[in-house]
Amino acid sequence: MIRFAWLQFRNQAAVIFGGLAVVAIILAITGPHLVHLYDTTVATCATHGDCSTATGEFLKSDHTLQILFDALVVVVPGIIGVFWGAPLIARELESGTFRLAWTQSVTRTRWVALKLGVVGLASIAAVGLLSLMVTWWSSPIDRANASMYTPFDQRDLVPLGYAAFAFVLGVLCGVLIRRTIPAMATTLVAFVATRLLFNHFVLPKLIAPTQRSFALNGVTVQGFGQMNGGPFTLFPANPNIPNAWFYSTQFVDRAGHPLSTQALTSACPLLQSGPGPSAPAGGGVESAVPAPGAGSALHDCITKLGATYHEVVAFQPANRYWSFQWLELALYLGAAVVLAGTCIWWVRHRLS
Amino acid sequence: MTAVLETTGLGKQYGKRWALHDCSLTIPEGRVVGLVGPNGAGKTTLLQLAAGLLTPTAGTIEVLSGRPGDGPDQLGRVGFVAQDTPTYSRLSVSQHLRMGGLLNPHWDDELAARRIEVLDIDPRQRAGSLSGGQRAQLALTLAIAKRPEVLLLDEPVASLDPLARREFLQVLMEVVAEHGVSVVLSSHLVADLERVCDYLVVLVASHVQVADDVAELLATHHRISGPRRDSRGLPADQHVIEESHTDRQTTLLVQTDQPILDPAWTTRSVTLEDLVLAYMGQARDEERSRKSGLGVLR
Repeated sequence: MIRFAWLQFRNQAAVIFGGLAVVAIILAITGPHLVHLYDTTVATCATHGDCSTATGEFLKSDHTLQILFDALVVVVPGIIGVFWGAPLIARELESGTFRLAWTQSVTRTRWVALKLGVVGLASIAAVGLLSLMVTWWSSPIDRANASMYTPFDQRDLVPLGYAAFAFVLGVLCGVLIRRTIPAMATTLVAFVATRLLFNHFVLPKLIAPTQRSFALNGVTVQGFGQMNGGPFTLFPANPNIPNAWFYSTQFVDRAGHPLSTQALTSACPLLQSGPGPSAPAGGGVESAVPAPGAGSALHDCITKLGATYHEVVAFQPANRYWSFQWLELALYLGAAVVLAGTCIWWVRHRLS
Repeated sequence: MTAVLETTGLGKQYGKRWALHDCSLTIPEGRVVGLVGPNGAGKTTLLQLAAGLLTPTAGTIEVLSGRPGDGPDQLGRVGFVAQDTPTYSRLSVSQHLRMGGLLNPHWDDELAARRIEVLDIDPRQRAGSLSGGQRAQLALTLAIAKRPEVLLLDEPVASLDPLARREFLQVLMEVVAEHGVSVVLSSHLVADLERVCDYLVVLVASHVQVADDVAELLATHHRISGPRRDSRGLPADQHVIEESHTDRQTTLLVQTDQPILDPAWTTRSVTLEDLVLAYMGQARDEERSRKSGLGVLR
């Protein structure tokens, strides 16, 4: 049965593994250059004393390729779910060939289980290879960025989980819907929705964030202004913790109450009366303009507020990166196993 | 005599609709059985239940004394050719034969290869580009070469042209002669069955109207005609299956084990087609009278 499953699947496999080979060649050609560039600019920047320029220059090189490869790692699991998963059984149901397949001397439970196994492992292998290659290729860039949680979805282990999940999700959609094209569309929607909801609601809650306090001073205040015409606010700056994943940054007093607009206004009346700088309309926190013009006023204000307020940062430190990788991988693989069981059960009991 | 297929009170329900309801029948081993009936009688459902593709909602079914689809051994004992003879359109003929070899422990590779050669089909050709007749032959080859004890065929020739149909049935007869396999073949084309079957089952609305040896059926059914009279006056051993009257004449199709002695009747033999149509008509009339009877009661 395994060999027949492979016989049916090998043409489809050739397409994706062929594509992977092309990607591998591009990565192999451009990768060493990137490593060399990193070693000669960023790695030695400390001796010249100007690291931000060197890093900035370095990150501009191969930026397009970087975006392309990251997108590939995000998209390929979805493609596998849609083009390998959804048609796997739906096409048999649609064309009637399941009547041929299920009347050979192989029980259909075994038939479904082995098809899921063969193509599922191929899915994991394909995305595993892709992730491995892109992770290797991007390693100088990731080191320069010092923000390891940013490309979290496109590195190391988690893409394998996405591939397994997307594939089995596709198969299940095909089994439930019994039509190839609607099953493919449903798979895509369900996979994207799962990824978004997981990233938004589940991933940040897997491990409780670390809290750390910093003094309110010139370093921790990013600027001062209005956001989208709202009340005047003091914008906190993320502290310099390399590779951290910041959840929230805010100014609070000793009792833990956040800095209110009234408290800010009463402490620093001068700031908003003058032609003080404000964030551009529609700007986010990041785009708030520091206050160079109202320098002394802001300085006084910060000193005054610093007596009672401090900055509290909630974040995930870099050393939890692998815990997150393993946890997310385990959850997606677990979901894939549950869906695969549902598939087998449904084919056994509901398609007869 | 062991039964190749035995059902009691067999039923299959889809939602609220019964595709097959309360069907009880026994089909003996070693025969080529024709299963006929109007559309919707439940022929396809019955055969798919026998092949293990479907599981019954009610009643029991046994094929060669085993539960259909119950494990690889049982699956290996039953060859099935589905309606419209599905094949993998992207796989070549030889890949189909490889599939047969990989999925069936008793696969007869030599037999399969010889059949394809005799049929003059290019093994490298994709199944999708075969003609309907060739596709049906491929499906039959796959079912035969797994060396089953019983071969179930669901309307295999329905979509074929007359020539392809004849060729298909010819191959089927060769196989039966060569391997002594039991066959159950469903069709609504009685002419095809007449050529190949030695046992006939007429199924109307899940119920067996008649199930008997073809020669026996033809010997015990007669079409008699004579001056107009009431069919109720016939001897007790003569069962009227079909009757028609004109002003002066009465024509009956009767079943009897005894010779027809009344000299007023002109007796003629019947064809299998006459017989099938008569039984299907009888079932329809019974259904009608049952329905009108219910109407009176209300």
